[in-house]
Amino acid sequence: MSVDIIFKIAAIGILISVVNHVLNKAGREEISMMVTLAGIVVVLLMVIDMISNLFSNIKSIFQLY
Amino acid sequence: MSIEVLQLVGIGLIAAVIAVVLRQQKSELGIYISIATGFVIFMMIMGRLVSVVGILNNLARQANMDSMHLSVVLKVIGIAYITEYGSQICKDAGESAIASKIELGGKLIILSLTVPILAALLEIILQILP
Repeated sequence: MSVDIIFKIAAIGILISVVNHVLNKAGREEISMMVTLAGIVVVLLMVIDMISNLFSNIKSIFQLY
Repeated sequence: MSIEVLQLVGIGLIAAVIAVVLRQQKSELGIYISIATGFVIFMMIMGRLVSVVGILNNLARQANMDSMHLSVVLKVIGIAYITEYGSQICKDAGESAIASKIELGGKLIILSLTVPILAALLEIILQILP
């Protein structure tokens, strides 16, 4: 769970940028934009889970009800 | 136990390198790296934080302190941490206007939490004065 998530996000980012380059060179700009959007949404779903976890932890530690 | 500090610095440095590389290609994903790193580092130090807060609670109970005061202090620390986290990430993403709004909101919430204590203090002073 812990450090893997950083490497996972980095891998997704590098993959997206490579796919983007290839699609741009092939002249498919509209599909490359969709790929970028899909990658951002996937990473956002991963990160939102962590943010809600972080907020609930802080809420319980600092008694913010 | 204290070897954790090396882990902490290592994670920070690796995440910084990854963020710099990703920001050149796709600046959107650099933000996610900083959010995730903040979460991972907080998770690492959370155990120590819980024990420190528990010790503070124990001390307050032994000193017969009003538990409301300590909980206000803890709430202020928590709000300050969360607003700082959010505003730093916004600032990293280049949105310093949103960051300063987050800070303003956090300061206002902290002020509204601490005003009752200030009012109680003023009341005590007024009682002491003839």
